[in-house]
This record gives sequence, C-alpha cells and structure tokens, in this order.
Amino acid sequence: MNRKTLILLKTLTWIACLSIAVRLAWGMVSNDLGPDPSAAIAFATGKATIWLLAITLAVTPLRRLSPRLNWLIKFRRLFGLFAFFYATLHMLTYVALYSGFDLNAMLADVAKRRFITMGVAAYLLLLPLALTSTTWAIRKLGGKNWNRLHKLVYAAAICGVIHYWWQVKTGVITPLTITVVLAVLFLARPVTSWLQRRKKRAAVAA
Amino acid sequence: MLIGKPSGIPSSEITSREDYFRYLSRRRFLKGAAAAAGAAALGANQFIAPRTVQAGTKLQTVQSPLTTTGEQLTTYDDITHYNNFYEFGVDKGDPAKNAGGLPTRPWTVKVEGKVAKPLTFDIDDLLKLHPLEDRVYRHRCVEAWSMVIPWVGYSLSEFIKQCNPLPSAKYVQFLSYYNTKVEKWTYEDATINWPYSEGLRMDEAMNPLTLLTFGLYGETLPNQDGAPVRMVLPWKYGFKSAKSIVTVRFVDKQPPTTWNDQAPSEYGFYSNVNPNVDHPRWSQKTERRIGLPFYAQRRTTLMFNGYTDQVASLYNGMDLRRNF
Repeated sequence: MNRKTLILLKTLTWIACLSIAVRLAWGMVSNDLGPDPSAAIAFATGKATIWLLAITLAVTPLRRLSPRLNWLIKFRRLFGLFAFFYATLHMLTYVALYSGFDLNAMLADVAKRRFITMGVAAYLLLLPLALTSTTWAIRKLGGKNWNRLHKLVYAAAICGVIHYWWQVKTGVITPLTITVVLAVLFLARPVTSWLQRRKKRAAVAA
Repeated sequence: MLIGKPSGIPSSEITSREDYFRYLSRRRFLKGAAAAAGAAALGANQFIAPRTVQAGTKLQTVQSPLTTTGEQLTTYDDITHYNNFYEFGVDKGDPAKNAGGLPTRPWTVKVEGKVAKPLTFDIDDLLKLHPLEDRVYRHRCVEAWSMVIPWVGYSLSEFIKQCNPLPSAKYVQFLSYYNTKVEKWTYEDATINWPYSEGLRMDEAMNPLTLLTFGLYGETLPNQDGAPVRMVLPWKYGFKSAKSIVTVRFVDKQPPTTWNDQAPSEYGFYSNVNPNVDHPRWSQKTERRIGLPFYAQRRTTLMFNGYTDQVASLYNGMDLRRNF
C-alpha cells in the first residue's frame, strides 16, 4: 500500500472512530440525546468500547487469511487506543452522571454490584495496555514481553462482555451478537494457527 | 392582599392542557400528512400490510383530588417513545415502532376466579363504567428513571365492586395480551414466560390511588403505552403496572408475577418504590428524570415515590426490606 492511500485510510478511520464522540458531544450541547441522555451516553460509549475491541481483535485473524492483508496491522494500535478512549468516557459517565462524583457511593457500588466490579476490572486491564502502546514502550519492554502483556486484551474483552450480560435484565439477550463475534474471533486464532502449521508441513513434505 | 399561586412552580414550567392539545393536533396533522404521502409513494405495495393509523381519541374527563401537583409533566413524545413493553422489543424505542399491530378494538376483559360469576367486559363499557378522571402521577421505573404522566382513568376499586369478588379473593392477578403473531419479539428478544402477569394484594387493589387507566394527556392510550386498558400504581416500580390487560383473575394465594419469576432476588412481589432497599445491581437512592438535559436528570428517590400518606398504612408492621 502506498503512503497516500495509507494516510487517506488513517484519516477516514480517525473520522469514523471520533464520529461517535462528536455526535454525543453535539447532543449534550443541544440536548438532543433522546429522552434519557445519561443512559444514551452510557450505552453509546460502552457499545463503542466493546465493538472497537472486537475490531482490534479481528486484525490478526484477518491478516492470517491472506498476506495481502498485512497492512491491517498499521491500524491495530489506532483501534485499540480508540477502544480505550471510549472506555474512559464510559467510566467518566458512570463517575459523573451516575454516582455524581460521590466517592463513597462509587466504592459501595464496586464492592456490592458485580456488573460494576466487572466493568472496573475490564477498565483496569485495558489501562496498562494503553500506557504501553507507544513505540518507545514496545522497544523498552522487548517484543516478547510486550506481546505477553498485551494478551490481557482477551481478559479485558471477556470482562467487558460479562459486564454487559450482568447489566441487562435476566432473559434479555441483546449482548448475544457481540458475544458470538468475540467467540468467533477467539476461536479463529487456534484454527488459523493449525491451518498454517498444516500448510507448512505440506510444504516441507513436498 | 396576597393572591396565592397554587404551587411553587413557575408557570413557565407547566405545560397547559390547551398548549398540549394544540401541540398534539399539529403533530397529528404532520404525521397524517406524512402517512398519506408515504402511502401514495408506496402505491399498492403488497409487501406492506395495510395498517390503519389509530389516532388517539379525546376522552371526556373530570378533575380528581388524587392528582399530583407541583411537578413538570414529561412530554407526550417522551412518554410515547421511551417504553418498556417487552412484548414489542426490549429497546426503549421498540414499542413505539412495533406496537402498531396490537388490535385494541374489539377488546374484552375477562373476569374470573374467586368471583360470584365469571364476567366479560367490553372495553367500551369499561370506559363508561365510571367518570374518567385526570390523574397526574409520578412514574418510577425499577431501572432508576422516572417520569410525570397525566393519566386518564378511574380507581380500580370502582371496577372491582362490579366484579363481586368472593370473600376468599385475597389477591388480584392481571394478565396481558399475548399473541406471538402480533408480538414476535416475545421470542426474538427475550426468554420470558408469557403472558405477562402481575398481581396485587386485595387491599392494595382497593386503594383509591390504584388506577385502571385508559388514556394519557386526555386521549386514549397509544398502543405502546398499554392500550386499551392498563394498570397504574404510582407508589410501585413501573413493571407492577400491567399493560394491555385481557384477564383479571381473583385468587386466594399470591399469584405468580413475571419479573418476580424471572429474577426473584431482583424483583419482589411488592416492589414498592423504596430508596433504602437497593436493587442488587444498582442503588435505588436516586433516579434520572426523563426529558431533562444530562446534567439535570439526577434526583432523590422518595419513599413510596412520594405517596407515603396514601399507601404507607397498607404495609404497617411489615418488614419492607424482606418484603421488597
């Protein structure tokens, strides 16, 4: 891929990822977020987080489909950091609009309410990943250590999905779609690894 | 001389009924025009079932001393586009989109169980059974949001008197309309045992606040709000107020109720609004008022949703923490 196309695609990705936040900010200013703005902000930021995490996790399996998709790696950090950006907004929505900056209420929530505990856990798992996302940090940690650390993204995604299931009412199955998508992405890794190994073995035998 | 204002609310915050009806008629005109244009554009498209748009019919009402004063009303638009009515989808906007097929005429309500004689009431007879009253009530959802709604109806006790329940009738159960042809969301969106069932103890049912409801904002109920007849229990969480009622059953034991069956630790049989008893997954101390800007939504939740004077005596001597 040439430089021009890459810059164009990156710009488009930025615009797409930021559009959700811009729409929310505009809605907050013009009071146009529907009947329940607090819930709308919480839902939109949460949804953006989990779907951006899914997109981030889709990069590796997609690349394995064909070497021609290798350029996708150039977008993985961008998606990952945008997932963290929306996770932060999601967290701030809870802190400001749900608990009204009341520290005691927040601590009680984290201790008592498992869906909040799980949400906080997911956020704390994403935090070191965002902090070590710079090229400098990758070099400092060394590729192997960095890779090992960034395996935490799976745990974060799992916590995020559990957080979603525990938040909806018993019997409501709206979190099913993202659960299936993430499950497929998780399974894609061992499956593509196995296919690659088989191909290599075939090549050696030939 | 002091000429007293009726309440401490500035008049600018109160939407007058006249304003509302003007607003409604304009809205309806635009909607009608859009529908007509849409129908013309579609022509004889056979894939879209013909659907008669049922405009809300204006109801003849009288004032009631049981109305709640001093609250800013939630707009008609929010009351009709932010609904929990899972038979028509689990998103708040789903019922407004999907409830068009609910056949509200003809409609009958069956009365059965511990009564002198089983009866069937036609909806048009129910509308004439007692003068319809305007009753503004606060509405508090178990999900910690709230509205202020101008309902139209009369005390359920007036209806119960006509049913001649036997002395053995200790509870009343309400069953909602259920038809998977009209309500495919009942199996697409959620795993719940339908039909929707709710219930009250007999003394709760006889309390004058308990409203058999036919309309809002002076008009018949829109489908998504539980047309043509529903319960409204302003001191209980919203899910206790069954919508689109087809059966009223008088029983001698506490009847099974939908959300209590679904998650007994989260939704009690009584489900009175109580800021001191948390939902296991969130606090009930505060609520979000619908229709306000994001920074102004949060407010303190009141015991019995502010109706303590009228209903607290029903629960004398009861541990409301255990009987939540």
